[in-house]
Amino acid sequence: MSIKRIAKDDFASIVDALIKTENVIGVQAKGERFDFAPLESAGDLRLDYDVTLQPPKKFFLPPTEVLLTYEVGGAYQSVYDDGAFVLLGVHPYDMIAINQMDELFRQDNYDTHYMKRRNNATIVACDVVTASENVFASSMRTAVVKEGFDVLLTDIGDSYVAELATAKGEKLFAGAAGVVDADATALQKREEVWARNGKSLNRHELECDPAYLPKLLEKAYDHPIWEELARTCFSCGSCNQVCPTCYCFNVQDDVNWDLKTGQRCRAWDGCLLDGFTKVAPDHEFRKSRADRFRHRLYRKAKYVPEKIGGQIACVGCGRCVSACLPDIANPVKAYNRLIDDLGIG
Amino acid sequence: MCQCCAEEKDIYLPQMATVQDTAEMNDTDRYLRLSMDDGPFDYIPGQFVEVSIAGVGEAPITISSSPTQKDGFELVVRKIGNVTNAIHALKPGDKLGIRGPLGKGIYPVEEAKGRDVVFICGGLGLVPQRSFINYVLDNRADYGQVTILQGCKCYDQRLFVSEVEAWSKRDDAVLLETLDDPDERWKGNVGVVTSLVPQVKTDWKTAVVSVCGPPVMYKFVLMALEEFDVPHENIFLNLERKMKCGVGKCGHCQINDVYVCIDGPVFRYTDLATMPEAI
Repeated sequence: MSIKRIAKDDFASIVDALIKTENVIGVQAKGERFDFAPLESAGDLRLDYDVTLQPPKKFFLPPTEVLLTYEVGGAYQSVYDDGAFVLLGVHPYDMIAINQMDELFRQDNYDTHYMKRRNNATIVACDVVTASENVFASSMRTAVVKEGFDVLLTDIGDSYVAELATAKGEKLFAGAAGVVDADATALQKREEVWARNGKSLNRHELECDPAYLPKLLEKAYDHPIWEELARTCFSCGSCNQVCPTCYCFNVQDDVNWDLKTGQRCRAWDGCLLDGFTKVAPDHEFRKSRADRFRHRLYRKAKYVPEKIGGQIACVGCGRCVSACLPDIANPVKAYNRLIDDLGIG
Repeated sequence: MCQCCAEEKDIYLPQMATVQDTAEMNDTDRYLRLSMDDGPFDYIPGQFVEVSIAGVGEAPITISSSPTQKDGFELVVRKIGNVTNAIHALKPGDKLGIRGPLGKGIYPVEEAKGRDVVFICGGLGLVPQRSFINYVLDNRADYGQVTILQGCKCYDQRLFVSEVEAWSKRDDAVLLETLDDPDERWKGNVGVVTSLVPQVKTDWKTAVVSVCGPPVMYKFVLMALEEFDVPHENIFLNLERKMKCGVGKCGHCQINDVYVCIDGPVFRYTDLATMPEAI
């Protein structure tokens, strides 16, 4: 592991050289907003972005993917994506979400399909330069990330501090021009960025330490808030779709035109959608919108944390706040209301 | 493939099995005996498999046979959706995919040793319970009194009729059967399965009580057991969910903070009591 400093122009040269040999995905403008997409030129990379429309989870858990192929009456064959890729510009909150997903797909039963893609990835994370309209990563303690990435870039004006955390990260910078060891001034500037982001990425302020949320929810199950908020819920699942830590999926078969071969696919699903818990014959365990609405917020701050050592599975990206048409998805609003009503402690 | 992936097997990949025997149990339920094409298949009563029909999909089905039976394993499948309809079309010699056995929440075959066991089955609930029942009957000396309560909607919906009749003739087990909506062919008890509970002669304080049936049945059974002060930690419930992946990932079977596919499908009632979504 080493910490370097590199001028922005020199970093652009690294990216342009990388594009010639690797599959590089980077954050780019999409209309007036931003998204991860295959990168054709370093000039298109926008590391000053506020938030991407979709989180980077789609590169590890695609919206639909083929798990297996089969021949009718014959055996099944596992299918894997083999390609290595470089993901440029992952914000700290999204990196923390990826770290959580890694643990969830690794534990209990090791998911080779997810983990294969994850191991094929080289992740270049970057500290946030521009706060998005709904970010609350400071509240969730996810504004700064310390692990999981191969490289972490911090914009300190005309250059980046680049923490090369792994051999893969070192390799990206190996032999590149203009790479020098980060001096004390550069490291000091990075500390300042972290200190600032630790407070400023906070459009919605959670009124408690996030570590308290599981305890808060222990006494909130029958609170009227679930009914009240869910009253205007469309059950559209947009909050699930844009969430970097939602990973529920459906498994379905798709037969080819020859009617002899086909594939078994998995596709994103959402716990807010009607029918998610339906069993034969037509019994639905979370039938009401309020039950489903509550389930999402319990997953984020109680159920998933129990599986990953207490980390809260809401990373404060604010995408669900922006995506929700009736404006009810904001986790901070819901949790704060519970704190107001139920108190802390 | 990287080293860590290469060492791990694909949790979604079914193994091939062959249908050895099938039988129609009634209009909706079909019996199948299967054997794995490669290697042994070791399971514990309460575990389930994901049955895979290429081109149609997968469905989670609890194993109905007891592992004491060495000749393959048995399933009973109700015709209710795409996959189960396709399973009904299978004939002896046909191939299908199997993942499993799955589920760490199993019937308490060890814990029940030396104690009375009461089985309460509603309709299709007999199918998974039969694995535990036959396990106990095949290791009869290890257990105390055995009582089996079986409730069905109507005469034609009764399952494993000759096997149930054989149980009723044993002098080391008691079988009580009832129908909700009988016709003239039925001479026995009439009513729901809970109406049989007061007839049970067992040591309710220590007996292990195993319950499986449609979702609507559980609360009524629990209320009936409450009349006899059955300790909640001795009651085991087999739950039904849409287990899409079967390996604790997809989220469909989640009840509050547990996954039925890995933590169940059999649960101790005291472990479920704090989970309002259980039933």
